[in-house]
Amino acid sequence: MTGRLRLGAQVLALGFVLALLGLLVWKVAFGTESKVTGSLAAGGTPAAPTFSLERLDGEGELTLESLRGQPVVLNFWASWCVPCREEMPLLEDGWQRWRERGVVFVGVDVDDFRGDARTFLDETGVTYPNVYDGKGSLVGRYGLTGYPETYFIDADGDVVYRIAGPVDDPADLDEGIERALAPA
Amino acid sequence: MRLLGVCLAALALTGAAAASDQNPTPAELESELVCPVCDSTLDTSNAEIARLMKARIRELIAAGATKSEIKDEFVEQFGTRVLAEPPKRGFNLLAWLLPLVGGGLALVAVGAVAWGWSRSRLPAEAEAALDPELERRLDDELDRFE
Repeated sequence: MTGRLRLGAQVLALGFVLALLGLLVWKVAFGTESKVTGSLAAGGTPAAPTFSLERLDGEGELTLESLRGQPVVLNFWASWCVPCREEMPLLEDGWQRWRERGVVFVGVDVDDFRGDARTFLDETGVTYPNVYDGKGSLVGRYGLTGYPETYFIDADGDVVYRIAGPVDDPADLDEGIERALAPA
Repeated sequence: MRLLGVCLAALALTGAAAASDQNPTPAELESELVCPVCDSTLDTSNAEIARLMKARIRELIAAGATKSEIKDEFVEQFGTRVLAEPPKRGFNLLAWLLPLVGGGLALVAVGAVAWGWSRSRLPAEAEAALDPELERRLDDELDRFE
């Protein structure tokens, strides 16, 4: 009886350890956190994680897939973030300069109150589309390390460039857009 | 009598919980909500978003909102990650149940091992008993010393 009990306990313990090991393998193999940032740092052009998020500048939702075929400048911001506010005029200027070339700017408001985000957009006078991601669903998937951050996505939906921190130089913004416009 | 005491204590706790829900204080909500940027409770965070959240809590309390209503608003905006304790429903229920199930299984395992151990000692004790012939001879030897 003792032998059977001991064997049962050993099988149970082994099963528990194997289950934990399986979870670890699954997390490493299929976890999406920081894949974009890591791949970009290694010189890759990872596929941009898709999203469907509530629009702050109008009704309904905006999906990234609906913009496939156009280069996208994806800017993550929050209304309480001072550098985010400071870079907005430069981003709006970039939108005005590049929109004729088919480039789309999309702002993503993260970790924020919806009302504060709308006030921020009114105050800064931004005219390109903005979506609300209060729950931060894209933070881990893109691998954001802070606010603001800007990702440049080409017409095929791949991320080709990233600016961590505020965009404070139009040349830097233009370089990202040129890369997104370049044929794959 | 003991049952009555337990019932009264349960009623008192339920009443206190209901009063807390109806009249929440900023301090208790700040210890139950987490800053989404720094992952620490609001009462220990100096992040800008935490400051805004604290201000919003005070606004909502002043407007007469209950604790549940305030938490619901924060969850609607920021998701369940702003709750210091996971909600007791859906997938998050596992966080509450697993420790109980694990503790129960551990108790059962310890009980089973202890039972098996005590059973395994019984035959040894039986073997230790003297056979009648040896016992008779031992008695004879002892009688010689009396």
